[in-house]
Amino acid sequence: MLKIQVLGPGCANCQRLETLTRQAVAGLGVEAEVEKVTDMRQIMARGVMATPGLAVNDKLVSTGRVPSASEVMALIANVLAEEDAGS
Amino acid sequence: MSSFGEITSAKGDIAGAGQRPGAPSLAVAAERRASIRLAAGLALVALAWVGAYLALRPLADVLTYDLLRLSRDSHLGSAVNFFLYDTPKILLLLTAVVFAVGIVRTFFTAERARRALGGRREGIGNVAAAGLGVVTPFCSCSAVPLFIGFVEAGVPLGVTFSFLIAAPMVNEVAVVLLFGLFGWGTALLYVALGLSIAVVSGWVIGRLRMEHHVEDFVYEMAVGQLDAEERLTWPDRIARARQAVREIVGRVWPFVVVGIAVGAGIHGYVPEDFLADVMGKSAWWSVPAAVVLGVPMYSNAAGIIPVVEALMDKGAALGTALAFMMSVIALSLPEMIILRRVLKWQLIAVFIGVIATGIVSVGYVFNLVL
Repeated sequence: MLKIQVLGPGCANCQRLETLTRQAVAGLGVEAEVEKVTDMRQIMARGVMATPGLAVNDKLVSTGRVPSASEVMALIANVLAEEDAGS
Repeated sequence: MSSFGEITSAKGDIAGAGQRPGAPSLAVAAERRASIRLAAGLALVALAWVGAYLALRPLADVLTYDLLRLSRDSHLGSAVNFFLYDTPKILLLLTAVVFAVGIVRTFFTAERARRALGGRREGIGNVAAAGLGVVTPFCSCSAVPLFIGFVEAGVPLGVTFSFLIAAPMVNEVAVVLLFGLFGWGTALLYVALGLSIAVVSGWVIGRLRMEHHVEDFVYEMAVGQLDAEERLTWPDRIARARQAVREIVGRVWPFVVVGIAVGAGIHGYVPEDFLADVMGKSAWWSVPAAVVLGVPMYSNAAGIIPVVEALMDKGAALGTALAFMMSVIALSLPEMIILRRVLKWQLIAVFIGVIATGIVSVGYVFNLVL
């Protein structure tokens, strides 16, 4: 199962990204757990200085902006494709 | 040399994964066609923009004086004409500038700014930080992680503040409104003064050695590095700039419309010199009063600048007006509350005090010089 994290302290942009991510997951029809990371320690440990950040299976794929729904889908699909190629 | 070869071939494998031989060249051709379409589209939009801009004046005049049959000399006529001309003009300018700035911002990230500023000396560091604060994408909701990231990377406290002051103060929305309503001179003046305040305030805060007034947990935090940098193509950059236009223009247009409507009302109905006593040069207390008044007001530049422009027409002095604008834009209560999470209250107080002093000085200098 995919693990998707939205990193951000809970600002409006972070909430928008979370909603978009859930839509993207539904659109892709993949099984995924969407988690919101609001703890500043964890956010900083990932090196995210511009929120919101988006991580798919612990790989950071976007920071500092809210990508569009189709972009989020592409970002998730990219990580899936890379993992398939790697295994 | 061999390692380079491996890297390129590995990349080629990923790009070509699952494709038939010969497919890459097709992909390249398709990509080229897409770029040409994109360039042609941009050129068309630019042409339409110029056409619309040139049509603004005659269109507003026809609408006001011919269609609505308002007299050129009436208060209502001049107010309506002002509104019908300035609103679309500002929105068009805003769209173009936000797009251009959106492209520029794709070349800057908080990580790059941190790398450029880490371990930098004060002085030059403050200047560099203020400049980077303007061009780096920044949202006040990211102020806390950015602050921690900078401080942990060894960016001096004062240099970090120069960045945090310049970022909201010198923004494209303010510059467009100042240019559209006041002209180039005032817009440039605002940018120069905003940068100066950011540089000097940051430098002063650095001199005051306030490091121990940063919340302790900031220094104990482990800050990671980003895995890799994004590689962006031109179509990516253009897509991001378009997204910035949708977001920023989509957010501020109601402020522009209401601000210009209020401004038009003031232009048309408030008597000349109405404000000369309270906001004119002769009233020495008006500059600090304007700054104090501006702090709790959390409007954006789009809403406040048209009103200020109208006030100046009624006798308010430029220095007082500029001080008010800067105070509204740069000193906002919500941002202070956000920063309180990483700064002890003494440092917050110094932060507000130093910037407010800078803004008041700017106001006085302008009232004296102009």
